[in-house]
Amino acid sequence: MIDWINWLLALAQTLLFIAMAPFLLGWIKRVKCHMQNRAAPSLWQPYRDLGKLFRKHVVLAEQASWIFRATPYVVFGATVLCAALVPLVAVDLPTAAIADVIVLVAFFSLARFFTALAGMDIGTAFGGMGSSRDMMIGALAEPVLLMAVFTMAMTASTTNISEATTYTLNSGLVLRPSYIFAMLGLLMVAVAETGRVPVDNPATHLELTMVHEAMILEYSGRHLALIEWAGQIKLMIYMVLVANVFFPWGIATALAPNDLAVGFVAIAAKLVLLGVVLVVWETIMAKMRLFRVPQFLGFAFLLSLLGMLTHVVLETGG
Amino acid sequence: MSPLILAYLALASALASGVLALGADRYPVLLRYGSSLLLGACGVFAVLAGAWALIDEAPTTDLLALGLPWLKWHLRLDPLSGFFFAVVGLLVFAISLFAPGYLREYIHPKNRQALSALGLFTGLFVLGMLLVLLADDAFVFMISWELMSVSSYFLVAYQHQHAANRRAAFLYLLMAHIGGLAILLGFGVLAGFGGGFTFGAMRAAELSATWASIAFALAFFGFGMKAGMVPVHAWLPEAHPVAPSHISALMSGVMLKVAIYGLIRVTYDLIGDIQWQWGLVLLIIGSTSTLLGVLYAMLRNNLKRLLAYSSIENIGIILSGLGLSMIFIGTGHKILGVIGLIAALYHVLSHALFKGLLFLGAGAIAHATHEYDLNNLGGLIRRMPQTAVFFLIGAMSISGIPLLNGFVSEWLTFQTALQAPVLASGVLRSIIPAAAAVLALSAALAAACFVKVYGVAFLGVARSRHAARAREVDAGMRAAMGLLAALCLLFGIFPSTVISIIDAIPNLLLGAGPPSATAQGWLWLTPISPKTASFSAPLVLLGILIFALIAWLLLRKRTVDVRRGHAWDCGFGSLNSRMQYTGTAFSMPIQRIFAPVWDLKEEIEETRHAAQPLQTEGVRHQLQALDRSWSRVYEPIGHFVLVAARRIGLIQTGSIHTYLAYSFFTLILLLWVVT
Amino acid sequence: MEFTQLSLYDQAILLLAAIVLFTSFIMLAQPRIVPLIHAFAWQGVLLAVTTALVAYVTDHPHLYISAGMTLALKALLIPWMLHRLAVRLNIHRDIEAVRYPSMTLLAGASLVVFSYYVAIPIVQFSELVTRNAIAISIAVILLGMLLMITRKKAISQVIGFMSIENGLFFSAMVSTFGMPMVVELGVAFDVLVAAVLFGVFFFQMRESIDSLDVDRLNRLREVDE
Repeated sequence: MIDWINWLLALAQTLLFIAMAPFLLGWIKRVKCHMQNRAAPSLWQPYRDLGKLFRKHVVLAEQASWIFRATPYVVFGATVLCAALVPLVAVDLPTAAIADVIVLVAFFSLARFFTALAGMDIGTAFGGMGSSRDMMIGALAEPVLLMAVFTMAMTASTTNISEATTYTLNSGLVLRPSYIFAMLGLLMVAVAETGRVPVDNPATHLELTMVHEAMILEYSGRHLALIEWAGQIKLMIYMVLVANVFFPWGIATALAPNDLAVGFVAIAAKLVLLGVVLVVWETIMAKMRLFRVPQFLGFAFLLSLLGMLTHVVLETGG
Repeated sequence: MSPLILAYLALASALASGVLALGADRYPVLLRYGSSLLLGACGVFAVLAGAWALIDEAPTTDLLALGLPWLKWHLRLDPLSGFFFAVVGLLVFAISLFAPGYLREYIHPKNRQALSALGLFTGLFVLGMLLVLLADDAFVFMISWELMSVSSYFLVAYQHQHAANRRAAFLYLLMAHIGGLAILLGFGVLAGFGGGFTFGAMRAAELSATWASIAFALAFFGFGMKAGMVPVHAWLPEAHPVAPSHISALMSGVMLKVAIYGLIRVTYDLIGDIQWQWGLVLLIIGSTSTLLGVLYAMLRNNLKRLLAYSSIENIGIILSGLGLSMIFIGTGHKILGVIGLIAALYHVLSHALFKGLLFLGAGAIAHATHEYDLNNLGGLIRRMPQTAVFFLIGAMSISGIPLLNGFVSEWLTFQTALQAPVLASGVLRSIIPAAAAVLALSAALAAACFVKVYGVAFLGVARSRHAARAREVDAGMRAAMGLLAALCLLFGIFPSTVISIIDAIPNLLLGAGPPSATAQGWLWLTPISPKTASFSAPLVLLGILIFALIAWLLLRKRTVDVRRGHAWDCGFGSLNSRMQYTGTAFSMPIQRIFAPVWDLKEEIEETRHAAQPLQTEGVRHQLQALDRSWSRVYEPIGHFVLVAARRIGLIQTGSIHTYLAYSFFTLILLLWVVT
Repeated sequence: MEFTQLSLYDQAILLLAAIVLFTSFIMLAQPRIVPLIHAFAWQGVLLAVTTALVAYVTDHPHLYISAGMTLALKALLIPWMLHRLAVRLNIHRDIEAVRYPSMTLLAGASLVVFSYYVAIPIVQFSELVTRNAIAISIAVILLGMLLMITRKKAISQVIGFMSIENGLFFSAMVSTFGMPMVVELGVAFDVLVAAVLFGVFFFQMRESIDSLDVDRLNRLREVDE
């Protein structure tokens, strides 16, 4: 009986996750507009955009094969599955156990693999260009991501995200140098992986600078809606990971209604704050040349490597 | 009846398949069907024998009165050899399905080739591999090892019309023998302490730490050379691709694994006392091989050569797993060592399956288009829909995408690496995660590499006439690929079941199994403990299916609302196939970032319009990315050997008196030393 | 001792030590002159804060003086002098290409592991809460040397040299809570004099060989090739 409720809660949390993702993007856009002295769109604009895309007809390129048509579903399915693994409001939900953070990273690479294939499927220079660049960025981002994750996993001696969150929660306020470096590394990777400034610009349609947009240039209608939505969920996954693994306070440890409500408010507040941080970062940074990205990610790797080293030297030595 | 009987049947069928093929020059049907059928039987018997030995756990031994009268053949089938037996058998069976269709081209009257040689050496090659696995003394091991090497030499040299193939084959033979020599010396050390050439005697031998390290170093060098570890790998991408595709599949898929078997057998079983320093060496060489292998693969445009380089990468992953295992065993954490060993063994299985699949896919592409160069392919997904699906599964599996077998072994390797905090030495604690990061980088690069392969070969628009007219291959070839693809999926979704079977191997070698890996039942994989890490592939599959299904059901409207239109051409008019990204273009960003890894020679020639010199009429771009191991390892050694040979050549005078004097003085010297 | 059992102050000291190490890496990665000087200044600030914190936690008042001196000299005075020099020599916009930046950083990371290995015997004999930072301080010294090796411009080398001094000061502080006051004053004075001398030397160097590239110094060899 209890088991059932837990699974239902996990499902509800996942649905909440999916439903909240466009809102987060709306918030980021809004804050960004305010910071740049532009008139801001409504917070609900991403929902309207998605709704419009879902209603529209699909136009497929002539050469598109089934890979192109399957990709949106694969990408969306993989991303939603990742969302199910990340504790949003409460820890210890049963879905958290079915896969750990390494699987989560691997599911992102599944999504990237298919998006890149879909880019190549049309047979235009745009798609190939986007795929090639995205695979390059992905290849460099993955070790950073795993290194940051390893630092966390070595401290908490688990790769299960829920367990790691519980560990941080239980050990109270500890100023771990390794966590700080790992978090900075993770933030930089998150920027690269979700295609934000300075690595990629989600708003651009300039050939020379496009990465993710170039791959999905041929998508339209519901396919595009799914891919856009998956992108929003992915952004939110990274932000929730940072918020909950490094600052877990407030998250519900028991499944009582009160705790859940507190957990919801806590994560909402954390995301709002992180959104502002992201906007500030994007506003003060300029988009980089593509071949500066390796240096950016190299620096992120250095950060997470330092995280691991300081963990070994300062936190366990002696 | 014992599993050994089945093993003998497998050996006999392999031999018979080779012998039967002797008549193939006159009756090609003998090779295409007779030999293949026998090979298939060999595969089935081998799988059965191996599975039996794995499940039965108790080793079965036998003494055959073959060969020299006072040197009987010691044979033994235990879970370790059983596992490798089954792996070889699986691939041999798939090959036997593939070969009849694939060989049709070789019996075509226009370019008919020596079929008997192909069939004979294929049979002997399989026989050699299986016999290596059964060997229980150094003599049988070395004889069958050489049988394997020499018969595969003839297969590499099969298309000897091309000078490059002859050169590759010679290099292969040379390297195989240098490696063989090192292995022989390694056995010599062990036999010297054990007082006999049987593995039983070697197992009982008590070696000092130094001698054990020497034996290990020799064995590691010999087997590593055969397995293609960096920096002694350069022969592999030369030799493997030039054999017919199904033989390449065997060479890359399982012959490398036989070398890994040898390494595990000698280190874990015969030497026994594992030192952690060995593991560190393995880990470092393994992760270097992984990274360099995939980077070299990335820039290749010849599909088979690319696959051969990617074998180096995968051997690196296996070596890293073994290295981790040895580090943990050497520092007294046996249980973690077991998990590392299982990760390595799982990758042995995975790599055999997906690399076999990909080589067969390359063979199918070559069969259908007569093209190996990726940049002449394209759009095959429409011409060869089934091959495209199977190849996609192989490509995903090799890229470590979850729910396929390649991911399971990578996940296990990462989990082992993450147990580094238990180690007392802080240096090891920092090196191991760094090595794991290298593995992660390589896995991501492998994904990029296979997106390139799949995207350029199967997707987009055909880049050549051949590719545009390709036709799906016949049912047998598709069945072979389908079988391997299905196994890739199966072993990716039910890892716990497989692990609960192969844990007989650590039980045999280390006397301990993974206590909790499969404790939670077939649904869950929990290598250390459920709290540390858990992964349930079936549930993940279920989840992803449910979400994708819901999305599809909600969105599946009438198909009418899907319209086809032109792709976006920036308003410049029609697109053509030459506007697509080529393989070279795709890998350019990575080539630029990791430029110091290759010896790059890039030439760009622009032809200008005669009247208007500012207008470019055409651009020719040529990129040559050479393996650095040639200029850094092979050429210096080759040069040194030549110089040394010239020096030694001085004693060759041509006068028979001098030669007699040499013998005389040698005799005197020896007599003096002996007394 | 488990990290979680330390008091928050001790944790903060170790955290600051880690950030000091991080500034060393920033210097290693920074190709532009002025940000390099800034990174060096930040290292000085962090060092001063760490020293003050150690003084507070362990109740060693003389460390406050060291902290103040560090702040005044290494965070303010010397960076200011270097900055002025850079402007006057008109090299403040120069970018110094490091050949393999990522290889340099990886070499730096391995130096950290190496200094950890070297520091183990010392750490075992120490009872201080800061003992784990000894490895960090050795790493700061080695990274300063690496900076000097990889750079060509004389001014970067001076910063590398000063950073080595930072490492020495840091190691003295974390292993024995500082050197005797006399020694420290002497060292501080030396560093100041060195900075002044380097300034004079730069001008001389540019006068005589028309470049601040130390590779050109090999022209001064007496033996011709």
